[in-house]
Amino acid sequence: MSAAELIHGAAVELDQPLFSVHDLTRLYGPEKGCQGVSFDLYPGEVLGIVGESGSGKSTLLSLLSGRCAPDRGQVSYRGKDGAMLDLYAASEAQRRTLLRTEWGFVEQNPRDGLRMGVSAGANIGERLMAQGVRHYGQLRAAGIDWLQQVEIDPMRIDDLPRTFSGGMQQRLQIARNLVSSPRLVFMDEPTGGLDVSVQARLLDLLRGLVRDLDLAVVIVTHDLAVARLLADRLMVMRRSHVVEAGLTDQILDDPQHPYSQLLVSSVLQP
Amino acid sequence: MNGLNPNAASQAAGALESGYNFAYLDEQTKRMIRRGLLKAVAVPGYQVPFGGREMPLPYGWGTGGMQLSAAILGADDVLKVIDQGADDTTNAVSIRRFFARTAGVATTTRTPEATVIQTRHRIPETPLHGEQILVFQVPIPEPLRFIEPSETETRTMHALGDYGVMHVKLYEDIATFGHIATSYAYPVTVDERYVMDPSPIPKFDNPKLHMSPALMLFGAGREKRLYAVPPFTEVVSLDFADHPFAVQRWEENCAFCGSHDSYLDELIVDDAGSKRFVCSDTDYCMQRREPFEPQQEVGQ
Repeated sequence: MSAAELIHGAAVELDQPLFSVHDLTRLYGPEKGCQGVSFDLYPGEVLGIVGESGSGKSTLLSLLSGRCAPDRGQVSYRGKDGAMLDLYAASEAQRRTLLRTEWGFVEQNPRDGLRMGVSAGANIGERLMAQGVRHYGQLRAAGIDWLQQVEIDPMRIDDLPRTFSGGMQQRLQIARNLVSSPRLVFMDEPTGGLDVSVQARLLDLLRGLVRDLDLAVVIVTHDLAVARLLADRLMVMRRSHVVEAGLTDQILDDPQHPYSQLLVSSVLQP
Repeated sequence: MNGLNPNAASQAAGALESGYNFAYLDEQTKRMIRRGLLKAVAVPGYQVPFGGREMPLPYGWGTGGMQLSAAILGADDVLKVIDQGADDTTNAVSIRRFFARTAGVATTTRTPEATVIQTRHRIPETPLHGEQILVFQVPIPEPLRFIEPSETETRTMHALGDYGVMHVKLYEDIATFGHIATSYAYPVTVDERYVMDPSPIPKFDNPKLHMSPALMLFGAGREKRLYAVPPFTEVVSLDFADHPFAVQRWEENCAFCGSHDSYLDELIVDDAGSKRFVCSDTDYCMQRREPFEPQQEVGQ
C-alpha cells in the first residue's frame, strides 16, 4: 500500500461517522423523555447537549450509551474493525464489551462510576482486568501512569476513593474510563457539584485529554461555559425535542430559536 | 479427642427411627433435588436454584449439604461427615447420627471406606476415588457477591462470562498485603467457563478439586443453590501472571503423626502461649498413627 493510499484510507476513516443516531425516541409521557433525535458524530469530535432540567438530556445519554432500550430509532457505532454495529440489534454481551473497551461513561456523581470499596489502583485497573490483563505489575504501572495524567499524587494509589476530595474522585473516574483507550466517551455533567476553581482545572484537564487522545465525546451539561470550552457542536434540547443544533460558537453567539436565546441570555455575568 | 473408633461411631449413631421417610426428606423433594443435581453436573460450576426445604436444624449448620446427601443416599451407602476436618465435632457427630437414624445407613470416619462424604471446610487428605461423592456445605455460593450485591446482575455476569471484577479482589490483596491474602473460599474457574466459590475450604484444598476422580456436589441451604464439579473436570484457581496461585505451607510437622504435607491447625496448649500444630484432618492423622500406636489409646 502506498503512502498516498494510506493517507487516503485515513481520510476515509475520518470522513465516516464514528457514531450515528437516527430518529431516537424514548418517551415516559407526552414530551417527557426524548424524541426524534438524529445526528452523526465524527472521530475526535465533541458534541455538547444542553438544556434545562427535565428536557431529556440524561435520557438521551442513556439511550446513546446502551443503558436503556429506545421505543424507536437506531444507534450505530463504527468499531475499530470499521464495521458498523447496530447497538440495539447487538447482543447484550457485545454492548457490555463495547462499554468497557471502546467506550467510557463518566457519571455526574463519581460515587456511581467508581467502586468506593476498593483502592484507586484497583478502580483504574478494573477495565484492564476485564479485558484479560493478568499481570499485577502492568496493572500497577497503568494505575500510576493514569493517576499522574489526571494530576493525582501517585502515592495515593492504594487509598480508597472515599478519602479523596470531590474533584479528585471525578478525575479518578475519568482515569478509570480512559485507561482502556476508548474512542468514544459519554459524560453526564462531569463538572456538576464541583466548585468553580476545581471545575476550571477539571475542564482544562479534560480539554487536554480530549485533544491528546483524539476522543469523540458526547457531553451533557446545563452549563453553557462548559459547553463553550469543550464542545465543537451543540444540541439544544427542550421538552424532549432538539430545538436547535449547530456549531457551538454559532449557537452561543447567534441563537436562532427563542429557547436558545433565552438560555444564552440567562447566563449570569459576574 | 483426636478421632473416634469407627465401631464406636457406628454404635453412637443409634438405631433406625421409625416414622421418617428414608433419609428424612420426602421422595418428591429428593427427586426435585436430583433433577437439580443432574443439571449441575451437566453444566459444571453453574448454580442451579432448588426449592430448599426446612431441615430440623438452623441455616448455617449444613442444611444445604444435608439435603443433597439425603437426595443421593442409598441404603448401601457408607456415610462420613467432616466438620473443619474433624469427625468428632458436634456438627459432624449430629449429622452422622441424623442419617444413621433416619436412613439407617452405615457410617464411618475412615475416608477410604466411605461412599458419601459430607464436608464443611475441608477435602480429606487421603486421595478420593471414583466410587466416592463429596458433598459440601456452602454458606455463600455466589463468588461475585462481595462486589455485586444484585442477584440479577451477578446472574447476567455469569451468563456473559463477565468476570473481570474477580481479579479486583486479588489485586486489592496484593496492593494491601503484598501477596494474595485470600486463604479460603478462593475463587476457581471450572471447565474454562464458570467462576465458582469452592465453599469455605482453605485454598490449600483447591488443587484437590482439579481433575478429582470423585464427584463433588455443593449445596447452599439458605441461598437455595446447588452446583457441582463432575469427575475429571479442570478446576483452575484465579491468579496473576506475576503472582501465581500458591497454597499454604508450614515449617512445623504435625505433633501427633509427624505429617509435613497436610493442613495443620495451630493450637495454643497452655497459658504461656505454647503452640502445637496438628493435622486438621483427624482421620488422616489417625491412619498415619495406627501402625505405631496401640489401638486402645485412640480416642482417649
